[in-house]
Amino acid sequence: MPVDNAIEASALGKRYRRRWALADCTLTVPAGQVVGLVGPNGAGKTTLLELAVGLLRPTTGTIRLRRRAGFVAQGAPVYADLSVADHLRMGQGLSARWDARLAWRRVEEAGLDPRQRAGRLSGGQRAQLALTLAVARRPELLVLDEPAANLDPLARHDFLDSVTRAVTASGQGMTVVFSSHLVADLERTCGYLILLAGGQVRLAGQVDTLLAADNHARSLDDLVVSCLREAAR
Amino acid sequence: MSWLAWRQSRAQTMIVLAAVLAVAVAAFASGRSDTTIRLWLSVLAVVVPGLLGAFWGAPLVAGELESGSFRLAWTQDVSRARWLAWRLAVTGLAAMAVAGLASWLVTWWAGPLDRAGLDKFGSFDSRDIVPVGYAAFAFALGVLLGALLRAAVPAIAATLVVFTAARLAFRLLARPALLPPLTWALPLDPSTTGYGSSGFLPLMPPPSLQPAAPDLPNAWVTSIAIVNGKGGALTSGELASACPDIGRGRGGGPAGGSGHVQAPQGVVDAMHDCVARIAATYHEVVTYQPASRYWPLQWEELGVFLAAALLLAAACAWRVRKIG
Repeated sequence: MPVDNAIEASALGKRYRRRWALADCTLTVPAGQVVGLVGPNGAGKTTLLELAVGLLRPTTGTIRLRRRAGFVAQGAPVYADLSVADHLRMGQGLSARWDARLAWRRVEEAGLDPRQRAGRLSGGQRAQLALTLAVARRPELLVLDEPAANLDPLARHDFLDSVTRAVTASGQGMTVVFSSHLVADLERTCGYLILLAGGQVRLAGQVDTLLAADNHARSLDDLVVSCLREAAR
Repeated sequence: MSWLAWRQSRAQTMIVLAAVLAVAVAAFASGRSDTTIRLWLSVLAVVVPGLLGAFWGAPLVAGELESGSFRLAWTQDVSRARWLAWRLAVTGLAAMAVAGLASWLVTWWAGPLDRAGLDKFGSFDSRDIVPVGYAAFAFALGVLLGALLRAAVPAIAATLVVFTAARLAFRLLARPALLPPLTWALPLDPSTTGYGSSGFLPLMPPPSLQPAAPDLPNAWVTSIAIVNGKGGALTSGELASACPDIGRGRGGGPAGGSGHVQAPQGVVDAMHDCVARIAATYHEVVTYQPASRYWPLQWEELGVFLAAALLLAAACAWRVRKIG
């Protein structure tokens, strides 16, 4: 049976000047799942995701994206001078499959004022705008880099809810890759887990299977912590 | 992408266009009578290309890199190359249009002066079509330096420095050689030749004989030399031996000069005799570009700067592709 992967990386490495952010990393991200990419700060999560969406080029190895991706970068960058409505207009101009109705509905649901300049939005609102821009492109793969990292608990909760709803609404098994250093964020949303530490994959698999295989682990958090302890040794 | 490219340069284009139009209204209202406005117009037309290159060009890529918004712009269905092409085209053409407008104002103002046969080449850099080429060049240079330095403020400073250096180098070294200059040999006229020095203060050449400017309407005189039959230039030693009294604390204006202070008749006569003695073996050679070369030189210089701008734009595309 052929394996359906959204992302395939082989012997992937990325060096910034002298430091390797990612070294000899081989991994696959299965399609049709919500995949959590977890690891401590500096583990190479951002590097891996930016390599995947083509913002970075590998120093060694290859990475192949088998799906058309929508990307929300760390910190959810938007154009401070442009209004929310301008951003939707921009998304339409830059996308081959823009869903304007979906975009406007999401803006309304998130309670964003279309005339508001993006520079004056709160962190949570900005993340919602960035997610809208990515989702309205109707991607087959949604790549989110630490989208909830700087949000207050309520905004984080709303954001993760929005992601879950976007996956449900897409109907046709959109793949989501979602990085975080907080296991709690992933526990609620992810079915598949990839643990990255020191630029290497330490653990990858279905959350259920991973938990079942490790009889010491009571929770995902326990599993991740014990695995990181082992990696540090 | 066309909409985004325009949206991102709309505000700055409108503000600068409004400012230039305000200057235009002031210039038209004064009806070419206010020389202060003329001076400001010339300054404006000279500095506008460099300023636009620095303040519009340098942040174009550097600003995206600094704010992180390139992560949004470069992960859409439009490739980086297309994104850059649109942004370069829209903002670059806006810069060229603004420079062209400022240049057109200077040209309009200078019209009557040109018809009077005055110094048309004196405002060569700030009028007609060359400023458009400067603007394109400065803009592409700014974008490239921004993409290389990845920070807008240092790139703005670097653009101003490099652009000014390039313009000066072209003005001093390349422009006089774009078309081989004409020469005109004529006898040294004792009644219009003076003695003294001319030039910038820090680079003051030693005093020498100074023939009056020849009557070449609207021409660009690049040099006036005093040479003998074999082409050898008059040295200060030869001048001193022919005229031992020259420059000894006494005035030495041209014999027929009409300066505010008329030199004593004895000095005038001595100067006249001196030049007449020199003129027995030496004559004057004027090197110049005639007025008819004005447009060929404008087109050539425009062509050089536009070609350089295209090369820089290609370098921008290469650089942007390599980022990451």
